Amino acid sequence: MIRIENVSLRIRATPILRDINLTIPKGGVVALIGPNGAGKSSLLSLIARLRPLQQGTIHIDGLPVDRTPGPELARVVAILRQDSTVASRLKVRELVGFGRFPHGRGRLTAADLEIVDQALARFDLTDLADRFLETLSGGQRQRALVAMAFAQDTDYLLLDEPLNNLDMHHARELMRSLRAIADTRARTMVIVLHDVNQASAYADRIVAMQNGRIIADAAPLDLLTPDTLETVFGFRMRVEIIAGKPFVLHHL
Amino acid sequence: MTSAFSIFPSRRGVVATLGLAALGVLSLFVGVSPLPPGRLLRDPQALQLLVVSRLPRTLAALLAGAGLAIAGLIMQTLARNRFVEPATAGTAQSAELGILLVTLLWPAAALPLKTLIAAGTALFLATAHRLPPTQPFLVPLFGIVYGGVIGAAATFAAWQAGLLQFLSIWTSGDFSGVLRGRYELLWLAAAMVAVAWVAADRLTIMALGRDAAIGLGIDPARMMQLGLVIVSVVSALTVVVVGMIPFVGLVVPNLAARLIGDNMRATLGWVAFGGATLVLGCDIAGRLIRFPYEIPVGTVMGVVGGILFLWLLLRRS
Ligand SMILES: Nc1ncnc2c1ncn2[C@@H]1O[C@H](COP(=O)(O)OP(=O)(O)OP(=O)(O)O)[C@@H](O)[C@H]1O
Ligand SMILES: [Mg+2]
Repeated sequence: MIRIENVSLRIRATPILRDINLTIPKGGVVALIGPNGAGKSSLLSLIARLRPLQQGTIHIDGLPVDRTPGPELARVVAILRQDSTVASRLKVRELVGFGRFPHGRGRLTAADLEIVDQALARFDLTDLADRFLETLSGGQRQRALVAMAFAQDTDYLLLDEPLNNLDMHHARELMRSLRAIADTRARTMVIVLHDVNQASAYADRIVAMQNGRIIADAAPLDLLTPDTLETVFGFRMRVEIIAGKPFVLHHL
Repeated sequence: MTSAFSIFPSRRGVVATLGLAALGVLSLFVGVSPLPPGRLLRDPQALQLLVVSRLPRTLAALLAGAGLAIAGLIMQTLARNRFVEPATAGTAQSAELGILLVTLLWPAAALPLKTLIAAGTALFLATAHRLPPTQPFLVPLFGIVYGGVIGAAATFAAWQAGLLQFLSIWTSGDFSGVLRGRYELLWLAAAMVAVAWVAADRLTIMALGRDAAIGLGIDPARMMQLGLVIVSVVSALTVVVVGMIPFVGLVVPNLAARLIGDNMRATLGWVAFGGATLVLGCDIAGRLIRFPYEIPVGTVMGVVGGILFLWLLLRRS
């Protein structure tokens, strides 16, 4: 369980997050939506202790993120950042292998190699495994980064816009993988998404943020209504129910 | 992250080892005083020359070369910038300033103590500034200016104290003064290479950025300290024992990155090896070019390294 209590964040006197309270139970897929600058990435950075906590507390499985030793937390939670750029000349397999670092501190066992191979296969990277990252396309590189987070094999996975640069096929595959892992292994996924229809199709629960606050938090069917969507994104859009799932026609 | 035992996978490793061994043997028998291998068995003086001068000189070149190449590799990894090395980022100049000051203030201090103080100065001055890694050309540019300012301070202090000749000994690397009993500190450079080997995975992850490092459970500040200690110790050791040798730390890691990549577990052995080979080769060349006079290794390396670096730069685009 991720427990966020009374978390606020300021950067140079500008409030970025205002009194966030959120509990995410173990197992399942939670989508985080909201307009640009709402504070989604900031919240994820705080959960993954990439930024120091200024106010409030965050616990993951009872571990306070600001006081738990880094190596211990790295076996519990993994994060994919929104703007990861890799300048190093590493091969895809090497990068994904570093996802195993928290478990063996650098020594890859046969079991580790197996997990790396699985992650490569899951994201359609097997053929690219021995290529240098700099020679990949943007979407292939994004998949390599996702595979690295997957290889870390943690109970909690925080993904900030993982669908960036992915084509329709790979975006769908990624969302299906996340769903499958959440279901079969009781993993917890927190995913920042801009495509509300992906959230509708794959998330158990959607949390909507705006201007540093959580302004809505419900199952897709209850949250994706024209009224709520208008409050969050500032314009009115049509919502159709297809096969029991809300379908947002935001582009019309 | 491959297995720890594959420092030199494949036949390439064997060829490289044989090449370096040949250079090492050559280095033992090349110099002003003739030393034909056949005389070793009959002439105790020849043996003496070998043990007191040629062997230490050869080992010093190997150790300094390997150490400087690794220091450059670590610096480039942590700064996330391919254009820095101890000689261009003020570290070597800081070490120089350190020994100059200790020579002035405490002339009787022993060599290890001088080295320690030089390393401390280098470490202190290396941490005294912070630069954003997002500016690829600002970092080396700043390093050159910073090194220039510190170098100017050292020159001024040396000039005031009438020690300019000493300073020129430190600024220009030269192995001709290396004798048994005067180079052994350099074995510490080998120890630093071993430390880098242990930390290789962590250092590679550091190159992925601060957030990636934290996400994988690494403390970036502590890794940065470790890297700076390695770089400072190696720089100070070489400056104190043989003087500054430019370009090794720049050219060798760049070449390794081009050929093998940036995974330190895979490149580290090659980088140490390449640095040792390059420095020893330049030292032997310096002994042969104007025989029987010697050209200091710093000068030879300046030319050879400069050409290699230009080649790397031009091939890049
Ligand atoms: N280092 C910083 N300095 C100043 N302001 C910042 C900094 N980082 C983030 N902000 C501000 O914090 C707010 C929230 O940013 P955040 O990245 O969390 O938004 P987001 O919801 O992830 O947006 P997006 O959908 O564009 O990724 C923004 O207004 C942003 O300008
Ligand atoms: Mg964001």
